[in-house]
Amino acid sequence: MTDKRIRVLIAKPGLDGHDRGAKIIARALRDAGMEVIYTGLRQTPEMIASAAVQEDVDVVGLSILSGAHNTLCPQLMKLLHEKGMHDVTVLVGGIIPEADIPALKQSGIAAVFLPGTSTQDIIAFIQARPVRT
Amino acid sequence: MSAPTRKPPERLSDFTTVSGYPIRRLYTEADLSHWDPARDLSLPGEPPYTRGIHSTMYRGRLWTMRQFAGFGAAEDTNHRFRYLLAHGQTGLSTAFDLPTLMGYDSDHALAEGEVGKCGVAISSLADMEVLFDQIPLADVTTSMTINSPAAVIWAMYLAVAEKQGADWKTMSGTLQNDILKEYIAQKEYIYPPEPSMRLVIDTFEFGMKHTPKFNVISISGYHIREAGSTAIQELAFTLRDGMEYVEWGIRRGLPVDEFVPQLSFFFNAQNDFFEEIAKYRAARRIWYKAMSERYKSTNPRCLALRFHTQTAGCSLTAQQPMNNVVRTAIQALAGVLGGTQSLHTNSLDEAWALPTEFAATLALRTQQIIAHETGVTNTVDPLGGSYFVETLTNEVEQGAWDYIRRIDSMGGMVAAIEKSYPQREIAEASYRYQMSVDKKEKIIVGVNDYVTQGKPLEILHIDETVAHRQAARLAKLRNDRSSAEVDRRLDALRKAAQGSANLMPFIYDAVKSYATLGEICDSLRAVFGPYEEVAIT
Repeated sequence: MTDKRIRVLIAKPGLDGHDRGAKIIARALRDAGMEVIYTGLRQTPEMIASAAVQEDVDVVGLSILSGAHNTLCPQLMKLLHEKGMHDVTVLVGGIIPEADIPALKQSGIAAVFLPGTSTQDIIAFIQARPVRT
Repeated sequence: MSAPTRKPPERLSDFTTVSGYPIRRLYTEADLSHWDPARDLSLPGEPPYTRGIHSTMYRGRLWTMRQFAGFGAAEDTNHRFRYLLAHGQTGLSTAFDLPTLMGYDSDHALAEGEVGKCGVAISSLADMEVLFDQIPLADVTTSMTINSPAAVIWAMYLAVAEKQGADWKTMSGTLQNDILKEYIAQKEYIYPPEPSMRLVIDTFEFGMKHTPKFNVISISGYHIREAGSTAIQELAFTLRDGMEYVEWGIRRGLPVDEFVPQLSFFFNAQNDFFEEIAKYRAARRIWYKAMSERYKSTNPRCLALRFHTQTAGCSLTAQQPMNNVVRTAIQALAGVLGGTQSLHTNSLDEAWALPTEFAATLALRTQQIIAHETGVTNTVDPLGGSYFVETLTNEVEQGAWDYIRRIDSMGGMVAAIEKSYPQREIAEASYRYQMSVDKKEKIIVGVNDYVTQGKPLEILHIDETVAHRQAARLAKLRNDRSSAEVDRRLDALRKAAQGSANLMPFIYDAVKSYATLGEICDSLRAVFGPYEEVAIT
């Protein structure tokens, strides 16, 4: 089915309240025809994983600007796998040092988008990802 | 307005500021036909303070060079503070980590991965003693960027000062303590607006009596702008927040002329040079009018708006990071030409991580070059009387008043926040800006034009042992202190919170018994409850 709308969960894990990026992405993906659920602030990895299962999303987009990505991302990936969500595409955007990117990808993060990425590039990445079965 | 009838070709169909505000080809005397220099401009140090709050400005005294710093555990930041002071910095500014900002101890489950990352981890008076070790609080002014738990952190600071023998009556510094902009923009709130405002007014009242030289609040547009607002929104929401604090203080029964002099402001310095300068000049004029017309003050210390400036973090690019040195220098110059009282210049590497010592030093040097080499400090308000700058100052002021009146009509800022009004306006502006960047209507050098591949920067890595060091320190603290005394004082605080007494003395008592930040905030959470925002996207 190619006409099924892509479902995306945009989540703000950790204690950081800087939600400018998360809100812009949520709106840009919605304007691009995707169904977007925004979790709101200060979600634990458990809350995000549960929401991803419940909403049966194709993509989880995490916005992290606090430096806690090395802790939070692997925790979320583990929980998603435990809940059987092996084929969900997980993306991270925010303040992420380049040196941390290989380990994040190792943990199963599909892509890391750094400051300055255009919303069109993110939309294109999501549209080109393998479809969940 | 005298727009030319025949338009020779120009590069763009519309010229706008970074906020999207339209700018005309030329400004002339005709733009200032309703402008009265005696009324609208006046002289520096005189109402309406358009030209600055001091007659001599930087000829008398340079702005305070106050670099925001904080990372790791207290000893790490203490080291950075002493380094910055040794290199000519003239004031301190403390960044706290997210658990501290949210009122959690470093060993709380929600603190995992966040300890010492965005700032320094402070969980108790014991940490604060280490943070200011060998720094004389009687002489050095310190700014503390803390909001929801501001009363607690301030109590810790005052306790350290007392221990050092500093006189509370003469020591100075700044507590950010601006909860309204947290609901509007930065979102680091704990309790609902009403009890949060009570805590803020408690600090005003305490400060008026005990620390008359301390800025008990820094009413902040910085974070509003970082969240994506326009310059006019930054100005309007910040000054309307200021009026809200004044009104809550009056309702508490505090005399305007006594508490308002301890209120200070904090603005962003974005890339659009003249728009920023116009914003600072308009800010002083709006505050003067508000204080004299709305609150009938005649005290110059209430009428003159004092502000800190920080260059725009959100303007820094991860790509070609050396370009950020240039952006920051120009932004800082706008702050100086706008008459700032203190300034923080961002470091080139902050789109990647907290700054290294090298990058932080270069940022400080940028200020020193502006101060000592450019000559802009030789005369006061050198742009005063420019057709463009005066017209833009007038227009920015008018735009801000339109917003201020709309918020008045909603019943004030707390009511407007509860309706998500400023939050929605900012989200709209932020989206519009991003779209204009994505469409290349706005060019960001190195990001959507002039793109090249660069080498990764050397950046600061926060030692992963910070959280363990903090946890061990907290375990020892909880073991060494008198838990009966801590319980007694926390209980007294809880009971006071249920009534209407000023909570500062109870918080101070709790801090002195080495009750932790988390324990004190939990005691208040038990009474006030948490706040959950309605998320808008």
